Amino acid sequence: MDMNEIKEIFFQECEEQLAELESGLLKLNDGDRDPETVNAVFRAVHSIKGGAGAFGLDDLVSFAHVFETTLDCVRSNKLEPTPDVLKVMLKSADVLADLVSASRDGGGVDESRSRGLVKELEALAHGELPSSSAHEAPKPAPKAAPAPAPVAKAETPKPTDDSGFQPIPFSFDGFGEDEEPAIEGSVYEVSFKPRRELYSKGNEAALLLRDLSRLGEMSINCDTDALPPLDKMDPEASYFGWKISIRTTKSEDDIRAVFEFAEWDCDLEVKLAEEASSDEELPMVPVPFDLSILDDSSGGEEEKGAEQGVSEETVAAAVSAAETASNVSRAARAVEKKESAAAAAAAQNNAAAAAAAAGQTIRVDLDRVDRLINLVGELVINQAMLSQSVIENDATGTSAVNMGLEELQQLTREIQDSVMAIRAQPVKPVFQRMSRIVREVADMVGKSIRLVTEGENTEVDKTVIDKIAEPLTHMIRNAVDHGIESPEKREAAGKDPEGTIKLTAKHRSGRILIELADDGAGINRERVRQKAIDNDIIAADANLSDDEIDNLIFMAGFSTADKISDISGRGVGMDVVKRSIQALGGRISISSRPGYGSTFTMSLPLTLAVLDGMVVTVAGQTLVVPLTAIVETLQPEAAAIHSFGANQRLISIRNSFCPLVDVGRVLNYRATQANPVEGVALLVESEGGGQRALMVDAIQGQRQVVIKSLEANYTHVPGIAAATILGDGRVALILDVDAVVAASRGQSMKPEMSLAATG
Amino acid sequence: MSSFAVKNLVQADRKLIAFRIGDQEFCVNIMSVREIRGWTQATPLPHAPAYVMGVINLRGAVLPIIDLSARLGMKDAEPTARHVIIVAQMKTKVVGLLVEAVSDILTITEENIQPVPEVSSDLERQYARGILAIDKRMICMIELDALFPDQESEAA
Amino acid sequence: MKKKVLTVDDSRTIRNMLLVTLNNAGFETIQAEDGVEGLEVLEGCNPDVIVTDINMPRLDGFGFIEGVRRNEKYRAVPILVLTTESDAEKKNRARQAGATGWIVKPFDPAKLIDAIERVTA
Repeated sequence: MDMNEIKEIFFQECEEQLAELESGLLKLNDGDRDPETVNAVFRAVHSIKGGAGAFGLDDLVSFAHVFETTLDCVRSNKLEPTPDVLKVMLKSADVLADLVSASRDGGGVDESRSRGLVKELEALAHGELPSSSAHEAPKPAPKAAPAPAPVAKAETPKPTDDSGFQPIPFSFDGFGEDEEPAIEGSVYEVSFKPRRELYSKGNEAALLLRDLSRLGEMSINCDTDALPPLDKMDPEASYFGWKISIRTTKSEDDIRAVFEFAEWDCDLEVKLAEEASSDEELPMVPVPFDLSILDDSSGGEEEKGAEQGVSEETVAAAVSAAETASNVSRAARAVEKKESAAAAAAAQNNAAAAAAAAGQTIRVDLDRVDRLINLVGELVINQAMLSQSVIENDATGTSAVNMGLEELQQLTREIQDSVMAIRAQPVKPVFQRMSRIVREVADMVGKSIRLVTEGENTEVDKTVIDKIAEPLTHMIRNAVDHGIESPEKREAAGKDPEGTIKLTAKHRSGRILIELADDGAGINRERVRQKAIDNDIIAADANLSDDEIDNLIFMAGFSTADKISDISGRGVGMDVVKRSIQALGGRISISSRPGYGSTFTMSLPLTLAVLDGMVVTVAGQTLVVPLTAIVETLQPEAAAIHSFGANQRLISIRNSFCPLVDVGRVLNYRATQANPVEGVALLVESEGGGQRALMVDAIQGQRQVVIKSLEANYTHVPGIAAATILGDGRVALILDVDAVVAASRGQSMKPEMSLAATG
Repeated sequence: MSSFAVKNLVQADRKLIAFRIGDQEFCVNIMSVREIRGWTQATPLPHAPAYVMGVINLRGAVLPIIDLSARLGMKDAEPTARHVIIVAQMKTKVVGLLVEAVSDILTITEENIQPVPEVSSDLERQYARGILAIDKRMICMIELDALFPDQESEAA
Repeated sequence: MKKKVLTVDDSRTIRNMLLVTLNNAGFETIQAEDGVEGLEVLEGCNPDVIVTDINMPRLDGFGFIEGVRRNEKYRAVPILVLTTESDAEKKNRARQAGATGWIVKPFDPAKLIDAIERVTA
């Protein structure tokens, strides 16, 4: 793994943190006061900042820092998360998301927006902390966290403040100078007396002395006066102190930096020595500090230290004493370590198992999953072909082969379901993106709108999730821009000035149903109707039901807004939304109540990889009709067929009349209508409401088919949803039922050919 | 299509695949040709232009088949078992080009390419990128991308 | 024998950075995603040093450090805290909980290795 891969992981993680952040803020907005919610929000920003710092993404760091500071005020109850505060925070979350995208993809963000928010965030942090504001104020935005730099040479440490915890950069630059004794420099007297806490926090006097020795040439004396007789000795207490004389080119602060981790748990004095008197001050003969004890530290340092400390008399008693003192506890630990060595090996495995159990997800490249899905798709086809040929060759149906085949079929299904489940993801991320869009668009048009989401954990195939975001975004913009009225109008109508948009996801009969409901004014049918007449979509005297009028907004070239607004205009209408939903094998419809709002209902397949279809023959061609679209199939009788108008025909089904649609005609497979009595009628329900009877020549059977894109190498074909490959290796087309029904209504099915570039 | 004569002309720098449609010869850059395969019956596509013969299954992918003769404004092909499909990559898409036969693999240099005469109609000017004169044959060099512009760029 | 480092951090990014940095520096690395998992993993892994984040779900860094220090077997293991540059209060709390030292973010491989060298022999 290299840094680029980690950066990739960082951005993935950012996406997750941003989602966490937003959902947390929205929960707070709904009155949730669980401290864990606040913590999670804080952690999300903190985490982004941490990673961003590591990659030197300064803009991201500085904004996250200000944001985090304000969030910390909320966390410590210094700032009440009122709706106003949360509004700023939600906007900040949006800007943070933008900064993440900008860091990933390049490009900038609206600086005035982020600057404005930095001010607002700072004001929030200040507002509640007037007394300590000077001290606690967040850093001004341009001041980014220092970029990661190698240990800087001679970097002057900041003076320690009264907290004692000002960060001091490590100054290990002395390493390289160890070989050349520092002749220059000053002599410092260091007095160091650890307290027992120093050891209990895992620090080591010997290691500190080792580090100190790297700053220059030093001599050391151990003060053992406090050491009690052995029987009175507390193994965990600290009895030794050291007086060190060190000649170094480093500053006093550098010396103090060595004790950075320990300074709270020891008495430390550092002062510049008078050269002449330095020797006199030391009561004992200084002994050069021997690093060799510590230098070889791989592994049994404790044992070694203990042995050597006794045997090598020339080595400073001071050092061995230090070793002994600090190693009393360590030695105990060492014994334990040895004892447990065997157990540790076994425990190691347990630990690995525990770690594996804790991390319950793995990340897999999507391509691998897709390959598996494709293979399973082929398996499904092969299994179906095999079954078919066995049945054809063995009419008895009782052989072991048949039973085996049945089991195979069941297994194949199970494998397929399991594989599909791998790709299933909750719709949550998409829903969360919508809340941002509501906020932004509402802000732009001066409306106050709340987005309520439900069923966001409903799972659907990842490709479906990826593809619904765009049409959904468009619909949300539409709902905010056109659906919900202005606060004044709402108040005048006796409604809550704040509008509500409700986004719901749920599973229903093997599909996912997404509903988008607003509590706005509903469809203005008079205007829609007029517009449709003006645009030649319907005849001026057309007799349309309310439902049919509502569904006119999905017609190509239809736009209800008098002027195309910046927000929902963009030159695309609901027809484009409908087309993209259909391209997914989905349906969309609208129902509306004047004064109470509109509800868009989208029904989408759970996966785009396979489909249960009815294989039919039309004009010699094999077509697949999605089973979900078919209500029932029937064999028309001549008496049930009625001519209607110039060239319409209706079929009577249980006393109601349903238009007949000759699929062969709609798809231009034949020039004249087929005789319905010789064919089969597929009764389908289209999303525009109402049923149609699709006439096909014959039904071959039902089959699960693997969906293949036509668009990949060609282009969208009107009336066709996709293609598949049948058992005989031929390509069969999958019928787009809604498009065919729409075409039968008189909506033209214009071929849009990319390959049909006019010569 | 098994034995193509490879001609090495001076300072080889371009390889082309030549093929026959009717009594004319055309060629395309070999780099855009993925494979050459025999004709199989295609599944017709509704509302497609006349030169789109339909789609076939190319190892699990759906491949549109273009009747190049029709596309170049000549008469519609009547495919037989001897016809071949040149599978060609064009930008992001892969299409199959129905031609009568592959006739040659040519290695040429820029000097071999003559400009397209000005008599040509719009259609010819659109796809023709040059004329090659080889062994008294005239071979028209086709730019596939020009023949089938990208959908995205069209829509934008 | 390689020195063994237990890292505890909820950020996948930082975990990966720690892993790469420590492995490159010749350490054996064991990783946990939060304090609770850290304490679970601790039992089997006998680390020479522990590096932990503060802000984590389930059990934060303070709680984790206290947990380690309460453990007879591991109470003397050096613990380094990953902390942000300016937060004196957090460092105090970490120290009170029993942290040995700290590593100031932004994450810098050199700083990490230096700090580990400092608290281990």
